Amino acid sequence: MREELHPQGFEVVDVCLEMGGAEIARLYVDEAHSTHPSLLDESHAMDARFGVTNIPQAIWIDEAGQIVRPPEPATCPPRGETAEGIVKMIGDGAFREKYAARLRDWVANGAESRYALSPEDVIARSRPRSPKVSQAAAHFEMAQHLWRLQGLSERALVHFNAAHELQPDNITYKRQAYSVVGVERSDDTERGRFRQAPEEGEDWPFISDFNRDLLAHDPKLAEKLGLS
Amino acid sequence: MLLDRTDLSPEEFQSLTGWEIKPEGACKGETCVPLASADFDAVSTAERLGMAVVEEPGSPLWALGPESIGGRALTNTDTADFALPDLDGNEFRLSSLHGQKVLLLAWAPY
Repeated sequence: MREELHPQGFEVVDVCLEMGGAEIARLYVDEAHSTHPSLLDESHAMDARFGVTNIPQAIWIDEAGQIVRPPEPATCPPRGETAEGIVKMIGDGAFREKYAARLRDWVANGAESRYALSPEDVIARSRPRSPKVSQAAAHFEMAQHLWRLQGLSERALVHFNAAHELQPDNITYKRQAYSVVGVERSDDTERGRFRQAPEEGEDWPFISDFNRDLLAHDPKLAEKLGLS
Repeated sequence: MLLDRTDLSPEEFQSLTGWEIKPEGACKGETCVPLASADFDAVSTAERLGMAVVEEPGSPLWALGPESIGGRALTNTDTADFALPDLDGNEFRLSSLHGQKVLLLAWAPY
């Protein structure tokens, strides 16, 4: 997609939301041999600044640096085979096609594209931000800072859990924290990074996990995936 | 953002948050929010703007959340000020891509 549209004045910038540092991002970026800029967001500034809450999500920005679509689910796969496999698992072929068609339309037609929103619509369609969401961002930043200094200390956990409780629909705050435990407890680091929930009887330091969230929000899908 | 003290000057507060302290209040773009006192105080000003201030007990460490007074994650559409490091640690400013359309894609290896 990027190679197709780049000659028309289009660029992809990908941002890795990973507090563990550039080396982790590089594992996937190098595998993809891409030529566009790859950035690192250790404190999840994308969440605080733009309202990103999950991955993959994308923001469309015009030639003057103005957002024309706020963060919303995107289909562009992240990197390499491992991550791409995950996206395929959660992605949907029809949605991928539709997203690509919209992107092509915007690149060809700019502000005339019906997919380019007015500034008022961009703001209105961005995520709701309550004082609690601001608190969640502050707690998450504190958590990742303490984690870097102390590892998964009691104080780091207090702040991770506060972020999860204050903004329960922020999936990157959760999955980032779960992945830390997964990596610590797994012989296979890459698999460990995808840990989303405790094994049966496992001591789990967070107030939430993916299985419980899914059971609460989408019991049918949970059943389909064999969760109980 | 993280702070190791909260006795910021109005100028420091502006450079960190983009809010300029004027006689009419804290101002950004066309928005001005009146402040309770003429004596500037970073913590009460942040709270007035809906920015959470989280303190880590026992250490000089505070985390300042993003403003929430608009009720939406975005208060404007401008990205000129946004910068992050690339994977080699060099600062990359989105404004360096002015003149091109950009898809800013958030992903993660988890």
